[in-house]
Amino acid sequence: MLGLQEVIMTTDIGLIYGLVAVGVYLTFRTINFADMTCDGSFVFGSSVCAALIQCGISPYIAMVFATIAGGVAGLCTGILNIYCKISDLLSGIIVAFMLYSINLKVMGGMPNITLNDLDLSMNSWTIIALMLPLSALLVYLLFTDFGLALRSVGYNKKFSEIMGININAMKFFGLILSNALIGLGGAMFTQYQGFCDVSQGKGTLIAGLAAVIMGEKVFRFKKAGFFILACITGSILYRFFIMLALHSDFMQIETQDINLVAGAIIIAMMLVRKERESQADVSIEVRKKLLFTKKED
Amino acid sequence: MLKLENICYKNILRDINLEVQNGEFVYVTGDNGAGKTTLFNIISGIIKPTSGRVLVDRRDIGEMSLRERTGLIANVLQDPRQGTIPEMTIFENLNIAYRRGNRRFCTIASRSLREFFIEKLSTLNMGLENRLNEYAGNLSGGQRQALSLIMATLSDYEVLLLDEITASLDKKTSALVMNIAQNLAKQCNKICLAITHDITNHYA
Repeated sequence: MLGLQEVIMTTDIGLIYGLVAVGVYLTFRTINFADMTCDGSFVFGSSVCAALIQCGISPYIAMVFATIAGGVAGLCTGILNIYCKISDLLSGIIVAFMLYSINLKVMGGMPNITLNDLDLSMNSWTIIALMLPLSALLVYLLFTDFGLALRSVGYNKKFSEIMGININAMKFFGLILSNALIGLGGAMFTQYQGFCDVSQGKGTLIAGLAAVIMGEKVFRFKKAGFFILACITGSILYRFFIMLALHSDFMQIETQDINLVAGAIIIAMMLVRKERESQADVSIEVRKKLLFTKKED
Repeated sequence: MLKLENICYKNILRDINLEVQNGEFVYVTGDNGAGKTTLFNIISGIIKPTSGRVLVDRRDIGEMSLRERTGLIANVLQDPRQGTIPEMTIFENLNIAYRRGNRRFCTIASRSLREFFIEKLSTLNMGLENRLNEYAGNLSGGQRQALSLIMATLSDYEVLLLDEITASLDKKTSALVMNIAQNLAKQCNKICLAITHDITNHYA
């Protein structure tokens, strides 16, 4: 049966993955870049963090390095996309693919690291204490000159060009920021679990996207300031759905069915959205927010 | 002063020479596909000419930084959907345009800026000044086009490029928009180039 301990744990993981969702939002929505790096950068962050903690470095400093590691992964994707002219989807996949080997190297050739016997001090309160200032900073950033420029690049490239916005710089910054956040999320997740595995990044993108979609469904404000709230709420909701699915033994759902269930939840969410839209008087901005509708430049 | 020197672009433009003094309003007209928009893109620096150069106040725009160049040359696009961002509020659109030449990292729009925008928008007489917090997507094509004209003229500029801006406007609005543009060029002593297909309408 469901216990309080499990609910708290689900919320915590939801909060951590909320950070990942914010990262996904920054690339997918803000700069309109389908970034697949996150599957790699999440593990990169967590493996760097785990390896450093194992060397006896303070968990907080390890988290800083994990953030930087994530940012470097984003930078690589940016270089591939902008200077080598590889498409956004492909450059992300390549970087994530190559990160797998790098992660194994970082972890000293081992597929996983266990940190259980170390003092990690990552609990609900530390997570919240980390998230609050970070969220405030991000919301502030999106409302500055710079944030406006970042958002306008995702919406309309031609417009940004004549407004003197350096599109490449904005892409770089968006990618670095997004992947740094995801790397930090990975580090927090590792510390929370006390465990780092080279394959734990699988499905990071899906979890992030699901959170973004659900969050946008719950908070139907279009103001950019609400995006963090939407991402985090969506992420917690997603974790709760999965937790409930894991407890529905009566429907014959087993642990290995979880990807199927998660996928079904996301599809259901997207369909509900469409349904509601076709009923309401559809304004342009809502229609354009539908996932995967790519606009022409 | 805007000066084009022997501009060539692939096989579209050949040896274009032009000199426009401050305060002048020049119409550019030609057949479809003649290269009018290409010429404008070259002047605004979006594409580089194959040979030749563009001088604004005797300075080559090819050697300017992006910030400097876009600060000098204001651009209004043909398609009203491209000239504004429908997903952002009118205020945010104006704010982006206002920072064209002097974008800084972390400034947030102040209250006095809002009043400045209201004052600018009220010259349009379209009631836009009361709708600053609305999304630009809610405006009609004509309103958006008028808005992008205002956006282009918010910050300091030398050259104003109008690429068939009245194509999607009704007669009354297009006369109003053209009037505003002509006044701007004369009063503020700026250079203005406009692509148009019906010159007769605008001389009136």
